[in-house]
Amino acid sequence: MNKAGERLYNGLVKENPTFVLMLGMCPTLAVTTSAMNGLGMGLTTMVVLALSNLFISLLRRVIPDRVRIPAFIVVIASFVTVVQLLLEAYLPALNKSLGVYIPLIVVNCIILGRAESYAYSNPPIPSLFDGIGMGLGFSFALTCIGAFRELLGAGKLFGAALMPEGFEPIRIFGQAPGAFFVLAMLVAVQNAIKNRRKKAGKPYEKIGSGCSEDCMNCSDRGCTRRFYDAGAAEKKPVRQPGSTAQGKRPKPAQKQAEFEYIDLDKEEK
Amino acid sequence: MSQRMKVSSNPHIRSKATTNGIMLAVVVALMPATGFGIYNFGMRALAVILVTVASTVLTEFLFGLYKKKTTVSDLSAVVTGLLLALNLPVTIPLWMAALGGVFAILVVKMLFGGLGQNFMNPALAARCFLLISFPTAMTAFTCDAYTGATPLAALKAGEQVNVLNMITGHTGGTIGETSVIALVAGACFLLAMGVIDLRIPGSYIVTFLLFAGIFGGRGFDPAYLSAQLAGGGLMLGAFFMATDYVTRPITVRGQYVFGIFLGLMTGIFRIFGPGAEGVSYAIILGNLLVPLIERVTKPTAFGYERGGKRA
Repeated sequence: MNKAGERLYNGLVKENPTFVLMLGMCPTLAVTTSAMNGLGMGLTTMVVLALSNLFISLLRRVIPDRVRIPAFIVVIASFVTVVQLLLEAYLPALNKSLGVYIPLIVVNCIILGRAESYAYSNPPIPSLFDGIGMGLGFSFALTCIGAFRELLGAGKLFGAALMPEGFEPIRIFGQAPGAFFVLAMLVAVQNAIKNRRKKAGKPYEKIGSGCSEDCMNCSDRGCTRRFYDAGAAEKKPVRQPGSTAQGKRPKPAQKQAEFEYIDLDKEEK
Repeated sequence: MSQRMKVSSNPHIRSKATTNGIMLAVVVALMPATGFGIYNFGMRALAVILVTVASTVLTEFLFGLYKKKTTVSDLSAVVTGLLLALNLPVTIPLWMAALGGVFAILVVKMLFGGLGQNFMNPALAARCFLLISFPTAMTAFTCDAYTGATPLAALKAGEQVNVLNMITGHTGGTIGETSVIALVAGACFLLAMGVIDLRIPGSYIVTFLLFAGIFGGRGFDPAYLSAQLAGGGLMLGAFFMATDYVTRPITVRGQYVFGIFLGLMTGIFRIFGPGAEGVSYAIILGNLLVPLIERVTKPTAFGYERGGKRA
């Protein structure tokens, strides 16, 4: 059982927070004017994400259900404050260029989302790695977007001039519309690759891990599948009170075949 | 395809209009403005036009290859390329013109589903893309080797402008927008062919003139109003771009609303905005509102009360 590795893979590729889950769009679009900014934002978020995931997981039996969101915010806000002070002390330039988006990490959907959907219902070590994986995925995505925008919008990459002499920067890529263009293109490319794999019959992963597929009786609050496959799950036959068992039930076997979904843990055994 | 076709019993109205025919008519109608642009700005204008049209057509062709469905022959890419070229200054580097063509076809048109599905006018969207990306190259206007402000910018700065030159077109500006005479000749051809009608251009221009008269600061001074009318891309925009079949409202009332909205926005941009020109932004903004306008102005079906209740 390699839970840590699975979590890392999950965050980087399978449920990449930016390209697949589409969470945390505000910093994604706002700070990625250069590759360096993207990387800085991503790594800062990763630190907060990993630590808050770890601590929320440790505190999961202490935090009462009803006040869990305020409790998460307190944990996250503490770490953001720590990180912000550290940045101010050691990386003032990065802190200045990221500006208000550092304190805004408190309300980043990825962090709150992972706390709610994973850390709150899983043990500390996988939660820590879930945070690191998600943070790496976020950093990777932001650096990619930042690199494209910097290259097209300023002709540079990580601050070094790369484009030939006559190139005039396409300024729109340095502005908000350019961020949307680049994000959309990267998501499209990634979906095209996934679709191609699917068509070729190669294994591709649907979102959802460690799921019993029985959403009706599922007690896993952190089940991501509930959200992403909600449409498919609802179509499952619900037993009518009047109908007597076997005869009238539509074939569940066929229904289940629709989920081409691989349990990574099982494969590795 | 067959699922989209609505099958109904006769009688049917048969129309001889085809996409091809309409696009060809638009190309022909743009010829006077194109010809005048080449005459006014020299052979470089021809080069810009050729490069832009080639890039739009080639992009559409390559995308067609990828999708295994070629749509080049409906001439819409030619119209887009020509309109875009007429919206560019003559001094623009050729690679920028080509990039604009690729953007117009690939991003604005094909990625949204091709002709009929684009949510805003591809040529204008590409013009705005270039305007934001290359602000200096896109606003460098020259005429007769004399570089200077366009008449509209001069007018905004409070200087006197030569209205007669603006009407014949012997002045600075983008390749196709300068000559009012050539544009109106083309527009008359389209009106005579029945390709466009006066609803949108008429309501657009009248609203704009009223707005400029009231808020322009010079009252209804004929010299000022005619300069506003003849300057910039108003004529090109009103007759050739606002009337684009795909991005205008279908409903008759909606078309008047659309025209009035464009007039208001152009007035606001020109008089209160930081720049001197605002036709292209006004039209793409209007394009975005078209679905909303159509919903509000949907006519009541026969046998129904207003609001969709059965009578």
